[in-house]
Amino acid sequence: MDVRAHMSMLFHLDKCIGCHTCSVACKNLWTDRKGAEYMWWNNVETRPGTGYPTGWEDQEHYRGGWEKNWLGIDLKVHTRTKALANLFYNPALPELDDYYEPFTFRYEDLFNAPEGKHQPTAIPISAVTEEPIDIKSGPNWDDDLSGSPIYAANDPNLEGVSEEVRQQMGEIERVVFNYLPRICNHCLNPACVAACPSGAIYKRGEDGVVLVNEDKCRAWRMCISACPYKKVYYNWSTGKSEKCILCFPRMETGQAPACAHSCVGRIRYMGVLLYDADLIQWAAEGSDEEMFDRQKEIILDPFDPAVIEAAKANGIDDGWIDSAQKSPIYKFVKVWNMAVPLHAEYRTLAMMYYIPPLSPVVSTIEEGLVRLDIAREQIDFELFNSLEKARLPIQYLANLFSGGNEEVIEKILRKMLAVRIYKRRESVEGVIDDATMAMVEAADTTPEEIEAIYRMTTLPTIADRFVFPPYHREMAAEAIFGDPLARKGDTGLGYTKPPKRGA
Amino acid sequence: MSWNTILFVVAPYVAIVLAVGGTMYRTRREAFSVSSLSTQLLEHRKLFWGSFAFHWGILAILTAHFLALIMPVIFDIWNGSQMRLFILEITGFALAAWALGGMLILIYRRLTSKRVQVVTTKMDVVVLVLVLAQIVTGMWIALGYRFGSFWGTNVFVPYVWSLITLRPRPELVAPLPFVLQLHASLFWAFLIAFPFSRLVHIVTLPLPYLVRPWQKVVWVRRDREFVAKEKKDRASAGIG
Repeated sequence: MDVRAHMSMLFHLDKCIGCHTCSVACKNLWTDRKGAEYMWWNNVETRPGTGYPTGWEDQEHYRGGWEKNWLGIDLKVHTRTKALANLFYNPALPELDDYYEPFTFRYEDLFNAPEGKHQPTAIPISAVTEEPIDIKSGPNWDDDLSGSPIYAANDPNLEGVSEEVRQQMGEIERVVFNYLPRICNHCLNPACVAACPSGAIYKRGEDGVVLVNEDKCRAWRMCISACPYKKVYYNWSTGKSEKCILCFPRMETGQAPACAHSCVGRIRYMGVLLYDADLIQWAAEGSDEEMFDRQKEIILDPFDPAVIEAAKANGIDDGWIDSAQKSPIYKFVKVWNMAVPLHAEYRTLAMMYYIPPLSPVVSTIEEGLVRLDIAREQIDFELFNSLEKARLPIQYLANLFSGGNEEVIEKILRKMLAVRIYKRRESVEGVIDDATMAMVEAADTTPEEIEAIYRMTTLPTIADRFVFPPYHREMAAEAIFGDPLARKGDTGLGYTKPPKRGA
Repeated sequence: MSWNTILFVVAPYVAIVLAVGGTMYRTRREAFSVSSLSTQLLEHRKLFWGSFAFHWGILAILTAHFLALIMPVIFDIWNGSQMRLFILEITGFALAAWALGGMLILIYRRLTSKRVQVVTTKMDVVVLVLVLAQIVTGMWIALGYRFGSFWGTNVFVPYVWSLITLRPRPELVAPLPFVLQLHASLFWAFLIAFPFSRLVHIVTLPLPYLVRPWQKVVWVRRDREFVAKEKKDRASAGIG
């Protein structure tokens, strides 16, 4: 058992309101620079939809992630020799227009325009060429456009969803969608790391953050193709790859990443997960449907004495173990079994987790009409008992999260519904009847667990949502310089020159 | 000092020292600036036709030059028959033409794509001109001074070896035609430009990728502690 610690984030999609505050917080902090204008390390998509970059889930086109074969797994994008052959031209690289051409406005026109009859306007210009452009797309161009034949209908996750259900999903006034915020998944089996010919990308052992060493990056841009989530970006100005750094400078000082900290709906949680690095290979080699279960299995119980002992032997200190025990991610993923990674079938073992969204409150179950002929106390259970009729099809959610494994999603939705119905009955009716208790049992939960889930979902304080371990950077400084005060008063990060494009 | 000495003794040594020293300095101290500076994200259609043809063409040509340098005898034996000589010359010319075609597409791309122009530096233009001149003079020699693979191995290769063994014999190349001398001199210019331009990406050819493990994990503290301990041990043992 090779116990390692990982900083993970969890997105409670049932709470996401799609406000893009996370994206803007991240943009202002990290990618408001030349060459990075088009990058959104954090973005929010409307689902069903095609996302950003457009159609990123179409791996036959972009060739991201790992592929299972008779020997084990291989990168979908290339073999080692093919990587070298493709250095001069990477056939699976998205073009700028697959993201969007970044733009700004010529504001000085507002001041320089000669006096005239009409108000001057600031025309849109390309942030690359600075020439006037006709804005044709953006990072969230299909925002709230689910149901549209141009965007929603092209969502690859609709594969396997029957034509009838698809039509229902797109019906006017019954359109259904959810939001999907995405950052780098800081995978356990990252395809970007494996695909980098220069070996510039690495995973930090201490907390699992995947970073690009820009001094080693040579712009072979294989990482961009290999990442199935398209979360590595190429800075066209500096000629280096860049990606989400999980705000590690903030985490090291005990602050939540900017996206999580600014979240208006408070949908994001952060904490430590302990995992067994010896099992990564095994976990990545499961069949599509097995992927989710195997990934869950390599996450270890931080209360198990054997795990604690192995963790200590691996240099994980008490502070981190304590953090792992308090981790809200651990509770959601392993104790309550409510969280799934995004596209488990990509086999990169994504370490950011999602709680799938419940469908919008239903007023309709049978043939699109509410069944008013059934007793009021029965209405609650209608959806619970017929999840297959949920407006957001289980099949769709399973394609999005669990590699097509519908059972996983059904169990989670049942539990979420059980919490909702139980708490409503408790606060509205005041008594819990037998029917409710039977439902609780059918959802494989208990009143105690329901209470705990309810508290963590609706009433958590910032300290409940974000549990950060002590990073002990002072010890790292000591290890590097010998004297912990050696660099006191210095300006920081070790770069003395601006990151300028080479000649 | 005669032109012959300047161009074929002073220039090559200056160029080699600059190329080696400059490249070492840049890859170690200015590592951030070392990049292939790909523009594929900004424009990919023309790049496909241009980059692919240019790179593979020039790689083949350079390999042939290198092989002639290290084993000239093989070339002489091969060229023993006129038919084989023709095959070699025609193949070389075709490869150069392929590279030239790619080069022209790349130049056309630089001239027509606004997005690519945004990231084009003055040094990129210098590199383009140098490489273009090199290909053109090479093809000119192949056409105008035929059987280059004969005198190349018997006159030019001994001269290069004289440079390498630090006993320069510039008089060997003095009687060669002007274009040939130009082709050689341009190579020194190429070497001088090497560390100061994007050409430096050639030395970063990622061959270790063929054998390295897929995943890479870096332990900030563990690795640093290990290095610190190593240093301490070495210091106490009186090494380094």
